[in-house]
Formats: sequence, C-alpha cells, structure tokens
Amino acid sequence: MSTGSGAPHLDVDALLDDRGTQIIVCCGSGGVGKTTTSAALALRAAERGRRVVVLTIDPARRLAQAMGIEQLDNIPRPVPGLRPQSDGGGSLDAMMLDMKRTFDEVVESQASPEKAQQILANPFYVALSSSFAGTQEYMAMEKLGQLHRQAVADGSHDLIVVDTPPSRSALDFLDSPERLSSFLDGRLIRLLLAPARGPARLMSAGFSVVTGALAKVLGGQMLRDVQTFVTALDTLFGSFRQRAEQTFALLQAEGTAFLVVAAPEPDALREAAYFVDRLTDDRMPLAGLVVNRASPPTRTDLSAEEAIAAADRLWAGDSSSLTAGLLRLHADRVRILEREQHLCERFAAAHPQVATALVPAMAGDVHDLDGLRAIGDALARRP
Amino acid sequence: MTAHPDRPVDWAKVRLHVVTGKGGTGKSTVAAALALALATSGRNVLLCEVEGRQGIARMFDVDPLPYAERRIAKGAPDRDGRAGQVHALHIDAESALLEYLAMYYKLGRAGRALDRFGVIDFATTVAPGVRDVLLTGKVFEAVQRPRGTERGPSRGAITYDAVVLDAPPTGRIGQFLGVNSEVAGLAKVGPVKAQADKVMELLRSPRTAVHLVTILEEMPVQETSDGIAELRAAGLPVGGVVVNLVRPQVLGADALARVRDGALDPTAITADLGRAKVDVDARLVAALVEEAREHAVRRQLEDEQRERVAAEGLPTYELPRLAAGIDRGALVELAHSLRSQGMA
Repeated sequence: MSTGSGAPHLDVDALLDDRGTQIIVCCGSGGVGKTTTSAALALRAAERGRRVVVLTIDPARRLAQAMGIEQLDNIPRPVPGLRPQSDGGGSLDAMMLDMKRTFDEVVESQASPEKAQQILANPFYVALSSSFAGTQEYMAMEKLGQLHRQAVADGSHDLIVVDTPPSRSALDFLDSPERLSSFLDGRLIRLLLAPARGPARLMSAGFSVVTGALAKVLGGQMLRDVQTFVTALDTLFGSFRQRAEQTFALLQAEGTAFLVVAAPEPDALREAAYFVDRLTDDRMPLAGLVVNRASPPTRTDLSAEEAIAAADRLWAGDSSSLTAGLLRLHADRVRILEREQHLCERFAAAHPQVATALVPAMAGDVHDLDGLRAIGDALARRP
Repeated sequence: MTAHPDRPVDWAKVRLHVVTGKGGTGKSTVAAALALALATSGRNVLLCEVEGRQGIARMFDVDPLPYAERRIAKGAPDRDGRAGQVHALHIDAESALLEYLAMYYKLGRAGRALDRFGVIDFATTVAPGVRDVLLTGKVFEAVQRPRGTERGPSRGAITYDAVVLDAPPTGRIGQFLGVNSEVAGLAKVGPVKAQADKVMELLRSPRTAVHLVTILEEMPVQETSDGIAELRAAGLPVGGVVVNLVRPQVLGADALARVRDGALDPTAITADLGRAKVDVDARLVAALVEEAREHAVRRQLEDEQRERVAAEGLPTYELPRLAAGIDRGALVELAHSLRSQGMA
C-alpha cells in the first residue's frame, strides 16, 4: 500500500534487523497507538532473532495480560508464546513502568540507607514521585538508562524498545530530565538550602522576598517540607544531573532510533511535526514516522461526487434503496481517505526527509500476540 | 438531525461543564461544540483550555489566545437566528500564578523577582499539584464571578452563564480535579489550601458536571468506565457521555445483517447502478459490497461498545464523524446536534 504522500518508505525490518539498533523510542501524542506500536515492533524484532525488552507505560489491560505483565513490579518478564522465524535465539521480555518504584530505586541507590529513608518518608517527595506531571517522563528515561546499562553489562538484551508517556506536549518528555535536574541544581534550591547551611552570605533582600512569598503561597509547612527534602537530597543533586546528561547522550547515540507515531489527524500530525523538528534540532537520531489508524484504501475509483449524485438519483425513486446506501458509504470512505492523504502530503512536503510507514486501522482492538503480529506485518509492508 | 424544540435541557443548573476524554477521541472538538450549543440567545459562555496547545485558536481559526478572555464566536443560532457569545480563555499556570500573587498579595514587582529565582517555574512545574490548583482556580474565578460587580478583582469583567473547560485527558482527570486534596495534605494551612478548598467545593457541587468523551472502541470505552468510577469515588459529579466520531448510519440493522452475511444480490445492485447512470461492471459491484461488508463489521463492533456505554446509565449523546474534518461550520453543526439531543 502506498502512502501516496511522496514520503520515502520506512523500512521497519531493516531497522529491526540492524544489530546496530540498540534502542527504539516511540514517541507521539496520546491516543495514536504508541503502546501497541512499541509492543508490535518488539515482538517482530524478537521473532526475527533479537533479544528484546519492551518498556511500556500504560498498556490496555488485555494486551498487558497477553504479554504477561499484569503486575506493576518494574521487572522485565518473559513474554510467552513467541513464534521465532529463525533459529537466531530471539527472546522478548516486557515490563510496565512503575514510576514511583523507579524514583525510589534511584534514591536508594544514591543515598545512604539512613538518608534514603528520610527522603522516602518526606511528604514532598511522596507527592513529587507519584504525581508530578513530568515524573513519568523522567522515570521512563531513567528506566531506559538502567535497562541499557544492564544490557551492556550482562548481555541480557540487544534491543530495548521504549514507549513514552502521553505528554501534555511534545516537548515534555525530552525536557523533563533537564527540567528536573536543573530544578534540583538551580538557584532556588541553593536558596532553600541556605538556612540549613547557615545564614551568612546568601541572606539578602531578594532571599527574604522569595521565601516570604513562597511561605505565603504554599504555606509554611510545605516550605519546611521542601527544605527538608532538598537538604536530604543535597548529596544527590550531582548524580541527578549526571544521570540526566547520560540519558540525553544515550538518546543522541548512534544505536538509538526514534520513531514518531501519529494518526492521520491534524492534531496528531502537528504534534508529530513538533517532535520531528525538535529531534532534528537536538540532533537525535530520527528513524521515521509511523502513521497508525489509516483508513483502508478504497476498492474502486468511483469518485465521491459521482457516488453521491448516483445515490441521490436512487433515493429520489426509492428512499430505502440499499444500493444508495452502499454509494453513500463509498463516498464517505473516499472523502476521509482524501483528507488523510492530504494531511500526510502536507507533512511530507514540510519534512521530505522523514521515512514513513502507514498502518491501516484494524477492525478491533489488539489484545493478543496475533494482533501484534498483524500490526507488525502492516508496519513492515512495502508500498 | 431533527430538532426537538420541547426537549428539556439536561444540564440546565450546571454552570461549569468539564469535558474530558481519552486522547484521540476529540474532547476539544466536543468542548468547543458544547460551548457553541450553550451560547443561545443572550447567553455568554466561556471556553477555557489549560493544556497550552492553542487548540481553540486553531479550531476557530483565530490568532493564538493570550491569557485574557477574548470573544471568539457567536453561538449556534436558535430557530429565530439569534445567538449568544462564546468567549475563550487560554489559561497557563505561570500567568495564573503571577495574577494570583498580584491580586492577593500585591506582589507586582516581587512577582517578577520570584521569576528570576526560578520560583515561578518551581511552583508551576515541580511543586506537586500547585499547577492544577492554579489552573482550576482561574476557572473557578470565572464561574464564581459576581454579576454586575463594579468593585473587587473582577471589576469590569464579563460574567458568564456557563463555563466549558477543555480539561486534561481521562487518565489524568481525577488527579487534575481531585489533586486539591493532595495539595491540602501538603500545604496544611495557608492560602493555597484555602483556594483549593473553595475550588473543590464548586467541583463537588451540582453546579459542576464532568462529561466524558469517547469513541466506540474498546480502550476508550474502558477508560471512560474507569474514569466514571474514579470521579464517583472522588465525589465529583459525573455528567454525560458524548460518543464522538460515530460512523455513518445510512444502513439499517436489517441491511447491515444482510451485508455481513454476504446475502446481497449483485444483479439487483448492478441494475440499480445502471438506473443511477453509473458506468457499472462486476468489479465495481464487488468493490462496493466489500466496502460495505468492512463497514458492517465495524458497525457491529461499535454496537457492542455502545451497549457498554449504555450500561453506565448516564445521559448519552452521539456526534457523527464528519468526513470533511473539523472547521467552524462543522462545530456549529455539532453544536446543533448536541442541542437537539438535550445536552444544551
């Protein structure tokens, strides 16, 4: 099937078979099928001989069940029911991200047991680690870093496929590691730490205005919690920044491939365009665009206008004409297809270098490995 | 769709309509259509967005919205051609915080000093829940704004008969609306808690309704059920379910069954097409029949999901998938449809 947009074809199998591909990151706006795409790519790679681990964020319940990852325990579990195409010894592990657990582990690995306990019990930390909008993005990247370090150390996996959280905006997920670490490293924190370190030099008019205002807005208790928190975390700042920088470098590395996932809708493609521009600006390795949920092609060249004119003629004679109904359905299908094609063409015109794969909408939801295989086949189909 | 002029409006007492839905279900489109539908003659409606996407500006084809209320459209006209006004407001947490500080603490210049220290960034991005309180707090202010007041913070401001909030997606809605109790736990005293408590009182009152937008597919319907359960558990008033992007209903149940069973008569279709002056051959007939079969399979899957939506026992509204996409005209069409179904 052709994308009809003039965009180069995204060769998914070449990407999966290339042993140099170590990490595939699927990003895009919410509701475009990122999780399904990630799982389908991981399964296809595994059945073609790669040793794969897929990190999913929030899979549909039945898909999670089919992959054996109902528990949110942050540990990769083998996915049963693989059908290897080769004797290459492929394998697939899957896991669901537990962002709080991941954050806790970072703290535990970096601080002394005593200090770690102090941090984990801090109410500000509890809220930050379980509900801050950027935490999920940050922890997905942290987990990716962990998986990669482990894979390098013990050779357990040679391909990591990462699903990303449905960010509020395209930029959140790339920015959040930087944002969190620059916050933890920033001027405000140094300010908040000042009383704990002794008053002296940092005390200034600016300081009292700021802490005064913070106390007013947040309440004194919250400010004290924040201060306790940042004091306890003081020793970890360096490592947070270092980890964020490492993750960023990992994402820029040659073995990483970003796939931007979209649906043929204006909003999803606009988000995809932001992603593509941003990845290009940050010199992140972009492998291509996956357009999910594409309408199925029409099976005849009859135009929408002809079909509607004919349907109207039939309806004039018989208001219950079934043939008129068929013609109307065809016209609707043609129009939707034309709109989708137009949107893809516009995207391709603005981003002519981006290789594209088009995946037709499935009739039902995907909730087993066969469904994922069908998606994988569609992803890899040549135009 | 035919109008039912005598049909009572389901949410006549509601002032704040919160619209949520899974990504890809078209919640922003539905929020905009609802705002147009509510803006009947003489009524002012405010449409708010909080996710920094400028979706309203794009839908209504106007310049990006500032942090200020702007009149963006006339409502969907009634039978006499009269309409109210739809205003729009793009709420961002940074502006809301600076406004809040200026309003309650007269922190004009100090507010900017805070910015220099990264405090604004901290409060609006990292401090848990504060962002959401600021966003809902601004919506709260617009809903509660006393009518015709000439003094106080809302001096000279327009008052609204209804406010529609294009809210975060279903997966985050509980946290977005209920997050206040979390903040309340953190900031045990102080103005943010006082603000959060006031907002929560409005959100839990009958003046608020949280509507959920879905499409007739398994995951969005499942997420809608989960969202309803979560909202109920949090004591938030669940409104209606808007089923969006419904496929064309040109074939009735009997016809669909025959199409699915492969019981169509190609000869009759060929004769019909000939009569309709279509250049017909066997390939064309086979193509139309196959397209109809694919459609019928999907309609059957939609019907299964429709039953699951109905099982929630909430007022339910359906909006068609418009082949040409969404523009101003399409929004008005959808608004009329919501009105005729009694949502507004």
